[in-house]
Amino acid sequence: MSKLMTLSEAIDRYVQDGDLVYAAGFTHLIPFAAGHEIIRQHKKNLILARATPDLIYDQMVAAGCAKKVIFSYMGNPGVGSLRIVRAEIEAGNLEWEEYSHFSMISRLQAGASGLPFMPMNPTAAGDLERVNANYRQVIDPYSGGVVVVVPPLKPDVAIVHVQRCDVEGNAQIWGIIGEQKEAAFAADRVIITAEEIVDESVIRSDPNRTLIPAFIVDAVCHVPYCAHPSYTQGYYDRDNEFYLQWDEISKSREKVQAYLEEWVFGVADRAAYWEKLGDEVHRRLQVGERFSSPVNYGLY
Amino acid sequence: MIEYTSPELLTINAARLLRDGDVVFVGVGLPNLACNLARRTHAPNLVMIYEAGVIGAQPARLPLSIGDPTLVSGALSVCSMYDIFALYLQRGNIDVGFLGGAQIDRFGNINATVIGEYARPKVRLPGSGGSMEIAAWANRCYIITPHQKRRFPERVDFRTSAGFLSHRSEREAARLRGSGPQAVVTDIGILEPDENGELILTALHPGRTVEEAKENTGWELKISDSLRFTDPPSEKELKILRQELDPNRIYLKGGE
Repeated sequence: MSKLMTLSEAIDRYVQDGDLVYAAGFTHLIPFAAGHEIIRQHKKNLILARATPDLIYDQMVAAGCAKKVIFSYMGNPGVGSLRIVRAEIEAGNLEWEEYSHFSMISRLQAGASGLPFMPMNPTAAGDLERVNANYRQVIDPYSGGVVVVVPPLKPDVAIVHVQRCDVEGNAQIWGIIGEQKEAAFAADRVIITAEEIVDESVIRSDPNRTLIPAFIVDAVCHVPYCAHPSYTQGYYDRDNEFYLQWDEISKSREKVQAYLEEWVFGVADRAAYWEKLGDEVHRRLQVGERFSSPVNYGLY
Repeated sequence: MIEYTSPELLTINAARLLRDGDVVFVGVGLPNLACNLARRTHAPNLVMIYEAGVIGAQPARLPLSIGDPTLVSGALSVCSMYDIFALYLQRGNIDVGFLGGAQIDRFGNINATVIGEYARPKVRLPGSGGSMEIAAWANRCYIITPHQKRRFPERVDFRTSAGFLSHRSEREAARLRGSGPQAVVTDIGILEPDENGELILTALHPGRTVEEAKENTGWELKISDSLRFTDPPSEKELKILRQELDPNRIYLKGGE
């Protein structure tokens, strides 16, 4: 059964005010178009979870969509500070819950596996465990030693951008695969956005590349260039210049509002956004070809 | 006399700490440059691993983020974040980790989280990322940082990652698999832990003095009995950095 729908329809149907949202992707495949659509639809009181909030959550926090962030590294990757989230936390306007990368990802792993917690070896750093009551220590029943545990993270909705999927939602990713699979399996509802919608036979030609199976997916949206200013491996490059520009924009609330007016509220959808970026940006982000060698799955 | 910037000096001295065959958990910026320099000089078999889940990266251009696509193309393997932290780092497959932070204290503990009170932050920093686990589980850790008093307090405001805690014996009692920070490379010299786990000055860069090091450290800095001078950056090292690795001077221009 086809789950194909517009991104606007998917966000309207599957993201509710107050939801815990996980927009997946470690630097790669961050679904910016979905963040912008959430802003356009004025969703409120969201709990935004991501290992790295990145610009997508900085923008959603700036637009007033969030009441809380859950994260493990709150920076503008490769640039510096994530100014809006940081300022809102320092001002006491935004709740936060904080982990290390491994404990954040272990929470997703627990959620994705249906487990009550995930154990980790102790790190002895101590202070994060002291300030976040979700960290607990338990006795390993086999050795008698101590392990640190974290509870499952179970998003109401996960949004995952992929290179290609079929209309039912069998989704393939290559390049950095971060935490997309775990986020999808951990969540109650899953929205897939894809650079390309392909026939099921294309998916079946390379099953090892399928990270997310259709039966856990609720919506499939065809959204080329969804990840900009993040990137899609093999499709377009990361817009490092924009990450630098955002550092300037986000120094001023007026500039941030002007940005949202022009690039989020001022465009109907991602196609209009990409068009508006213009030829120079399109050219700058073009990538050349570097194909993998084909593998023989065998005829049986 | 060869001229060089402070980031060049830091990068070259960090590269010299790496050994051929090391499996290194790399960050972007200077650690990435140090690893690539080591690979092109004395450590051709060094393996670079990125926390984004990339193993054996051979970046064709300078990576500008921890998840730069150039890290993936031509790499040996790509895995999930859970796998990189569990199978590679926690399991004990990483020889070297690089760390940085706003504050590094006398026993090599690092604060990358907050200045002031945690619940009411005066300055909110990015937080741990992978550093809590790298500091605990990589066999050796190196820290690259400018040498400034505010960065070297007696005690950090928040312990994001563990050095030797309050004494080498305290880290040993915690039974972490990694041996902790082995060197802090600054623009003045190199600090290394003594038998108690306290960071002491073991080397000065050419032209720098013990007094400068002391003035820019927030605790009573001890000086090693066998204090040495580092070799100045060589023409070869500088040439590789400037012509091949960071020709646009994104990370290597001086200033800080």
